[in-house]
Amino acid sequence: MSNIRNFSIIAHIDHGKSTLADRLIQHTGLVDARQFRDQILDSMDLERERGITIKSQTVTLPYIAADGTHYELNLIDTPGHVDFSYEVSRALASCEGVLLLIDASQGVEAQTLANMYLAMEHDLAIIPVINKIDLPSADIDRTREQIDRELGLDPDEALLCSAKEGIGIDAVFDAVIARIPPPRGSCTEPLSALLFDARYDPFRGAIISCRVFDGTVKPGDILRFMSNGHTHKVEEVGLFQIVREPRKELGTGSVGYIICGLKTVADTRVGDTITHDQRPAAKPQPGFRDVKPVVFSSIYPISSDEYSALLDALEKYKLNDAALIYQKDSSAALGQGFRCGFLGLLHLEIVQQRLEREYQQAIIMTVPSVQYHFKLKDGTSVIVENPLYAPDPTEIESAEEPYIRAGILIPERYMGVVMNLCLERRGTNPRTHYPTPGRIELVFDMPLAEVIFDFYDRLKTITQGYGSFDYEMIDYRQSELVKLDILVNGERVDALSLIVHRDRARQWAVQVCDRLKEEIPRHQFKIAIQGASGGKIIARSTISAFRKDVTAKCYGGDITRKRKLLEKQKEGKKRMKMVGAVMIPQQAFVAVLKTKDEK
Amino acid sequence: MKSDSAAGLYVHVPFCKGKCPYCDFYSITDPGAERRWARALIREGQGYRADFSAFDSLYLGGGTPSVLPDDLLAELLAGLDALRPFASESERTIECNPNDLSPERIECYRSLGFNRISLGIQSLDDTELAFLGRRHRRSDTLRALDWVRERGPNNLGIDLIYGFAGHSIARWRSTLEAVPRYQPQHLSCYQLTLADRTPFGRAAATGQPRLATPEEQADLFLFTAEFLGERGFLHYEVSNFARDSTYRCRHNLKYWSRAPYLGLGPAAHSHRDGVRWWNPASVEAYCRAVEVTGSAAAGREQLSSEQIRLEDLALGFRTREGVALEQLDPGAPRTQAAIAELLEAGLATLAAGRLRPTTRGFLVADGLSLLFVA
Repeated sequence: MSNIRNFSIIAHIDHGKSTLADRLIQHTGLVDARQFRDQILDSMDLERERGITIKSQTVTLPYIAADGTHYELNLIDTPGHVDFSYEVSRALASCEGVLLLIDASQGVEAQTLANMYLAMEHDLAIIPVINKIDLPSADIDRTREQIDRELGLDPDEALLCSAKEGIGIDAVFDAVIARIPPPRGSCTEPLSALLFDARYDPFRGAIISCRVFDGTVKPGDILRFMSNGHTHKVEEVGLFQIVREPRKELGTGSVGYIICGLKTVADTRVGDTITHDQRPAAKPQPGFRDVKPVVFSSIYPISSDEYSALLDALEKYKLNDAALIYQKDSSAALGQGFRCGFLGLLHLEIVQQRLEREYQQAIIMTVPSVQYHFKLKDGTSVIVENPLYAPDPTEIESAEEPYIRAGILIPERYMGVVMNLCLERRGTNPRTHYPTPGRIELVFDMPLAEVIFDFYDRLKTITQGYGSFDYEMIDYRQSELVKLDILVNGERVDALSLIVHRDRARQWAVQVCDRLKEEIPRHQFKIAIQGASGGKIIARSTISAFRKDVTAKCYGGDITRKRKLLEKQKEGKKRMKMVGAVMIPQQAFVAVLKTKDEK
Repeated sequence: MKSDSAAGLYVHVPFCKGKCPYCDFYSITDPGAERRWARALIREGQGYRADFSAFDSLYLGGGTPSVLPDDLLAELLAGLDALRPFASESERTIECNPNDLSPERIECYRSLGFNRISLGIQSLDDTELAFLGRRHRRSDTLRALDWVRERGPNNLGIDLIYGFAGHSIARWRSTLEAVPRYQPQHLSCYQLTLADRTPFGRAAATGQPRLATPEEQADLFLFTAEFLGERGFLHYEVSNFARDSTYRCRHNLKYWSRAPYLGLGPAAHSHRDGVRWWNPASVEAYCRAVEVTGSAAAGREQLSSEQIRLEDLALGFRTREGVALEQLDPGAPRTQAAIAELLEAGLATLAAGRLRPTTRGFLVADGLSLLFVA
């Protein structure tokens, strides 16, 4: 155990986390340099584009120090978005220390701070590492000063390196060994292992990543998962070393994998505690949360004969995503589809983009919604998250919507704009704390519905990236809710129906009508777009008809040329949803969610 | 279209005296290959004897068929007539430029069996003719028209172009007004269209407009339809008008109804029973291919039923006949919705089981088919 170190690399986006991880892996010779593929830990295109890591990948680095001592250095990679903050916290809970990476040319940035605070909350040893020192624009002195002033850490403790050029890597290893404490725990106490991730393997089923705090686990053991009491028999345990390396056992303090006959990751819960059925631990590891989806949206294939292909794709997708839930759904206008639950808007966007790219699905997603509670006049209660099933307004006695407690951490200078944003989003009960000089924590109670669309992105914009935000569900509160429908040439666009607070209905309707006017192309006939609520039109826009598209000559006997042009346009139509005779481009459904300042 | 419908024969004459800056049809200005081309053409035609049993229309287009020397034209016609029988009441058209004509030439065309002359007049205004790069002037045109009416076959077609930059209704009217005097059986009024690879197309791409604005074009189109409608012309296709239904161009109607037609010569297109094929747009390549293999087909496609449907819709909406309701997938909700919108917007009428475009519907004909496909 004394030769184990459990650590993570945390940093602002693009400060070089993945490159450093690559170098550490390369340095220990885990992978043949010839076979090595850069950024092996960041394998998804989507992640590369967004500059975020969605799925964590853990690796055990076998390191031999100068004095010949063998170490087991467990590098746990962490996702980087508020939607997945729970996963991040469980990954950090499995570590004893972090490398806080800072780009020497950019200096300390918003996520540098946010991640540092997160590490502090978990009582981790923090090693500042200044990266990219090879760049001409690197300003090491300024960065050291920022480490001192803004992070409150000792700049003399900061390491210098260039992950890209392979400079200073030895010193990183030395620091990990010297400054991150080895894990503490008892091998005689009952097994207590924290499940911080699970991945699906087509041949073996769910591969569980865990940190063993107490006890040991080996093949043949009967495990109990403390969140639900389910028991499973261990088939195999081992270490992650790019490929899985089976071991006779996972000892106290180690990080590795367990395969125990679970068919899909849906059976696992991040943050769960794994123990032995016959000799269970007294208490589970702290911090477990049963993660519930909070944002709901329906997915429909653009073309109804693609339904079974979409079902197939969702089933495959779910194998690797425990958080996504879905069930069959249908609507008069959109046909057969699925009602899905997501952890947040980013989760939703990721699912949408992966379904489209990896599984080639052309889909429409309805406007995301939260779960509302309605009390009807006849005394019954209904829970609604699909606006199409909202009860008739005349039957409603009262309505409630879910509220969150939002904690927003910002530098003092953004206090005004952030207050405004929260009040605009119907935030109430504001409180302020001063965790460190120059920083403010604003706490608001806010309706979840106001947060799921673009609250996080707006916050980032108005605080120039320095704001960070976390939230937890608190309760359901009474609210004046109305249903808003969008009509195009008199026909309702089911995918855009929404339950919204009465005070926000008009604003939202205007936004949708304006966005649709921009996104829907002109047709041969006029198009009237309307927002309707409670039987009244509360917003509208019009798209005028074009008068001419015809070309004079039909190319003599050359019909082929003309037809090919039409076929191309016909292909373009595939990404469009027909509502009546109006073709609505798929991106219109996404565009309606963006407020003007975001465009 | 049934395969035993009579077929049309098209001959592409790829020679011109000069290239008009707007024209996208293939031709060269060097007449040196005329004889070689004519011989190859007959040989090519002979290769199709098994595929086409009879013709009831002949159309010489191009290029400028009227640049061919009379003797070569006679030789060509003799070869063509020998290919396959022509129905006794065949329509036989030759396209001409006004300044290629003379009374003798017109007589010659009659004697070769042409019963329809299509004159590429384009405009009766000399400034406009210069802008369009035409080599004739108003006086040539009026003189040629007189000759044709005097000595030519009864059936006269006039081709005009409008809608170029600066073309107001007043100016267009002054060309149109002069036409009825000659009592043409047929009028083609083409809105100027720009093709990328033409001088006009390139000029427009570098910011020198050659076209009237879309609004102006729409107005000009509607004016044309009204003007000619008032004078008794039948607006039977987007750009084509006929004195009455018997004077609709039989040959062109085959293009718009997927009837069979054989196209001989460089760049010519053919169609039969859902198969389309075409020749290369090069006199040299064409001649060589025919000389070596007897055939010049450079491309071919077998239409799927989906493609056939799309063509039927696209072509149908360009003609006054429109499209039969059963071709529109009448049960589908999108069909109902589309028809409702078109009727409401005055772009089509629904009668006797057919959806027919109105004149305003002609203006948007190109996109109508897409409303009815998935």
